Amino acid sequence: MTLLAVQGLSKSFGGLKAIDGVDLRFEQGSVHSIIGPNGAGKTSLINMLSGIYRPSAGSIALEGRELAGQPAHRFAAAGIARTFQNLQVFFNMTALENVMTGRHLRERHSLAAALLRTPALQRGEAESRRCARELLRLVGLCGQEDTRADAMPYGALKRLEIARALATEPRLLLLDEPAAGLNATEAREIDTLIQRLAQGGTTIVLVEHNMALVMEVSDHIVVLDHGRKLTEGTPEEVSSHPGVIEAYLGAAEPALQDQAEAAHA
Amino acid sequence: MPAAATVSEAPAPARAWLARPRSGGTLLLAALVALAPLALPNNYAYEIAIQVALNAVVCIGLNLLIGYAGQISLGHAGFFALGGYASAILASRYGVPVWLSLPGACAVVGLLAWLLGRPTLRLKGHPLAMATLGLGVIISIAITTEDRWTGGPDGMQVPPLVLFGLAVQGEQVWYWITGALLVATVWLALNLIDSPNGRALRALHGSEVAAQTLGIDCARFKLQVFTLSAMLAALAGALTAHYAGFITPAKATFLHSVELVIMVVFGGMASVFGAVVGAAVMTVLPQLLTALKDYEMMVFGAVLVATMVLFPQGLVPTLARWWGGRPQ
Repeated sequence: MTLLAVQGLSKSFGGLKAIDGVDLRFEQGSVHSIIGPNGAGKTSLINMLSGIYRPSAGSIALEGRELAGQPAHRFAAAGIARTFQNLQVFFNMTALENVMTGRHLRERHSLAAALLRTPALQRGEAESRRCARELLRLVGLCGQEDTRADAMPYGALKRLEIARALATEPRLLLLDEPAAGLNATEAREIDTLIQRLAQGGTTIVLVEHNMALVMEVSDHIVVLDHGRKLTEGTPEEVSSHPGVIEAYLGAAEPALQDQAEAAHA
Repeated sequence: MPAAATVSEAPAPARAWLARPRSGGTLLLAALVALAPLALPNNYAYEIAIQVALNAVVCIGLNLLIGYAGQISLGHAGFFALGGYASAILASRYGVPVWLSLPGACAVVGLLAWLLGRPTLRLKGHPLAMATLGLGVIISIAITTEDRWTGGPDGMQVPPLVLFGLAVQGEQVWYWITGALLVATVWLALNLIDSPNGRALRALHGSEVAAQTLGIDCARFKLQVFTLSAMLAALAGALTAHYAGFITPAKATFLHSVELVIMVVFGGMASVFGAVVGAAVMTVLPQLLTALKDYEMMVFGAVLVATMVLFPQGLVPTLARWWGGRPQ
């Protein structure tokens, strides 16, 4: 079943077409990856799928509901959550509070209720706290609940963002380079986490440069180049596509091609 | 994944309750307010204490806006004065009883802040500072020129506060009223900060983009806290006017707005108790320094500079960090 359907999506900045007429279908319950060389438009695409950028043209429909042109918080309400390539952690809060903020849509109270701390609000808070603790445990940050985010290491913050995004109970989770800047061990942890999430039935869209990670976890890969869809398919189909190797490595020199194949194996 | 067994032993419930700013901190402040009269020698001291409490109420609201939500306002003196004038005009021109004109003034100012905030809060950073500065200046000019209503630059008489049919008079009665209001405001503010709504405010301060992707309607929460802080300023302004029995446009000036922001920054951004401490120090200090006569402003300025150098986060958060706790 198609969860998210994107049609003719375009985004131009001045004269530059960052994304140019891209069609995509993301299936429920699978892991989709978007790859492509630097400047291919991956992050622009993610920014449109999460409502941060307003598309210049095209449609974004989550289960048939049109979202393009709506403010970002509506995308979240529709069930799209994301993490950021450059961390967007709330550094003025603790780890637990960061994740609890992700429960915003599940916990709606009037200003008066918040000022008076009504029993209903206290019950909601207890539930949010329990849920946030569980998510911190899931991403491996157990015991760090009361650590302020500005005192946490980079790798932990990457996972904190994932926990925060999961707290929204998303239908679709967009991960923008979750392994960027991590060492091999940390990247493997993220790898395990993504696989565990996928097994749990979360639909994931992954933007990642780490090809080993992409090839291992993806059910479906989209290759972008110069803002257009170069090709898409299973990891096997994509890694044997000559255009992909060319886009990634410039020219299809035999030596480089061998290297690329080794990397994709 | 690390083992789950490292959760620190929970302190006894009573101790945890006292250690929490919302309960223990409020209790401490209440005790301070209750015991302070023992150290207040005369009516003049009471007068200062009342001013401290009313300024602190404004600063708590302003700190919710500036410190927690990260939105600057250089026009809050406008709302403060408008609260005073609105209550005075409702009471003296329209014969509205003061117990009703007081909340009425807050409602009027709240509505005005809500209307003005909608376009203004789309701005960020310096443009927002300029726009709120402009709002304050316009309110100040309106108050000065509409002398039919406000008595112009000379100001106007304000009828006394009447509660339950009794005129509120005397420094001691005012002290207990404003003291109780201060404790209540602190408690409400601490509740707000530690609620989903408060987290939304801190989140949009931390990263507006991330807040949006969690479903937080940033514009709505900014407007909410702007209106709330304006209403708190109006309430304190109205009480100040009824207490003094007189109000002049001086309360609406840009200089007063800046003074309020200095109190917040001095005491500590994103700290409710910081706002109280900031208001207290900045209200009491000039009184103490009058003994220095000509050097008063020089020493006052030096104290400001020294504090910001030594306590860049403001008094309370820096001290709390030294203490090893977490600012609240």
